[in-house]
Amino acid sequence: MKLWRKPLDSDEKKPPQGRVHILIERCKGCGFCITYCPKDVLESSPDFNRRGYHPPVVVHPERCVNCGLCTIICAEFAIWTTPVEEPQPQPQT
Amino acid sequence: MITEQETHPLDDLLRVDRIPHIWCPTCGLGIVLNSFLTAVRESGIPREDIVVVSGIGCTGRAAGYVNLDSFHTTHGRALPFATGLKLGNPRLKVVVISGDGDLVAIGGNHLIHTARRNMDMTVVCVNNFNYAMTGGQFGPTTPKGARLTTAPYGSYEHPFNIPFLVDSCGATYVARWTVLHIRQLTESIKEALVHPGFSFIEVISPCPTVYGRRNQLGSGLDIVKYYRDNSIVRNDIDTRECEIEYQGKIIVGRFVQKRKPTYLETMNEYLRQSVGEGFVPYQGPMDDGD
Ligand SMILES: Cc1ncc(C[n+]2csc(CCOP(=O)(O)OP(=O)(O)O)c2C)c(N)n1
Ligand code: SF4
Ligand code: SF4
Ligand code: SF4
Repeated sequence: MKLWRKPLDSDEKKPPQGRVHILIERCKGCGFCITYCPKDVLESSPDFNRRGYHPPVVVHPERCVNCGLCTIICAEFAIWTTPVEEPQPQPQT
Repeated sequence: MITEQETHPLDDLLRVDRIPHIWCPTCGLGIVLNSFLTAVRESGIPREDIVVVSGIGCTGRAAGYVNLDSFHTTHGRALPFATGLKLGNPRLKVVVISGDGDLVAIGGNHLIHTARRNMDMTVVCVNNFNYAMTGGQFGPTTPKGARLTTAPYGSYEHPFNIPFLVDSCGATYVARWTVLHIRQLTESIKEALVHPGFSFIEVISPCPTVYGRRNQLGSGLDIVKYYRDNSIVRNDIDTRECEIEYQGKIIVGRFVQKRKPTYLETMNEYLRQSVGEGFVPYQGPMDDGD
C-alpha cells in the first residue's frame, strides 16, 4: 500500500498480521475469498481437493492483515485467520 | 507426529456433521449463514436463548445447519410457528431465516400480520428472485423481464418491493443488503437481534444454478461483482424508493429503525388497563426457573 503521508506513529505501530487457516476438504472453490481479499494473499490452487474443487492457497502470507474478510465471506466455513504477534518471515526464494 | 486439529471458529455453532451443506458452489446462502452465526457470536446473546425457524426451500435448510434450537416448518408457515414460540416463551430470541417464496409468496399473509402486530422477532429473508429449490419458477419478487422456467419469455408481473411491504404493514426495523455487504449485513443482524419489535432484513443473494443460469448471469462470483458495481447505500430512505428492477440499481441500507410497542407490550398494557391492577403479565416458563 502506498501512503500519501507517513503516519506519525508508524515506528511503534505495525499493521496487524494474520495467519490463514484453510480446511481444504470443505472448500467448494467459489473464489470469493480470493477475489475479495484486499491484500491479494490468496490464489486458486492448481490442485483439486477430494470433491474436485480448487481450494485457495496462501501465496503471500506476509501480506495478511487479519482483516477477517475471508473468514466471514466463506460460504463453507473453510477459511479463517488468527492474529500473529511477530511479523512473519519473508518467503524464501 | 502430532498434527494440530483445525476447527473453524464458528464450528461450535454449526452442526458440523451436516457440513458440507447442500448449497451450490458460489450460492450466497452459506454466506448468509456465516454472517448470521458471526452476528450471534458477536452479540453475546446466550445460545440457549436463540431459536431459529425456517420454512421450506433452499434457504429453509438453514435451520438444519445451526447448532442452536431450530425448527424446519412447513412451507410458508415459519412466521406463525415463530409467533407461537415467542408467545410460549417471551424470553426467547426468535429468528426466522427463510426464502422470499416461503415468506412473501405462500407465507405472505402471515408476513403482513406478523409485521402489523410488531411481533418481537427477527426475520432474515433471502431473496434470490425465484423458487430455487423447486427448479426456478418465477414468484412475487421476480423482476419484470427476468426469465425463469415458468416465464420463458420473461416475467411481466409487478414484483413486490419487500421493504416497502413490511414497512407499510408495521415493521419497526427494515434493512436490505446484498451478500457482498457482508459486514453491514452482520451489523444489521446484530442490531435486529436486540431490536424490540418486528425486525426484517432482506438479503439479495445469488442463485447461480437456477436464476443465474436462466438469465445467463454467470457464476455467483459474477453476480456479486454486479452487486458491487450497482448497489447504492442509502440509509433512512422512504421505502417506496427501493424497488428492484431487472439488472438495475440495488438500493441497500437500513431503511427503518423506530420504537413502537411490541405485540406483548401492547397486550400486557391493554389487559392491565382493562382487567385492572390484578392482571399478571405472562413471563414465560424460563423465568420461573424451569
Ligand atoms: C405446501 C407446499 N407447497 C409447495 C411446496 C413446494 N416448494 C418447496 S420449496 C418451494 C419454494 C421455495 O422458494 P423460496 O422460499 O424462494 O426458497 P429458495 O429455494 O429460493 O431459497 C416450493 C414451492 C411445498 N414444499 N409445500
Ligand atoms: S484476513 Fe483479510 S488480508 Fe488476510 S487473507 Fe483474509 S481477507 Fe486477506
Ligand atoms: S470462500 Fe471458502 S469455499 Fe470459497 S474458495 Fe474460499 S475457502 Fe473455498
Ligand atoms: S439452487 Fe440456487 S439457491 Fe439453491 S443452493 Fe443452488 S444456487 Fe443456492
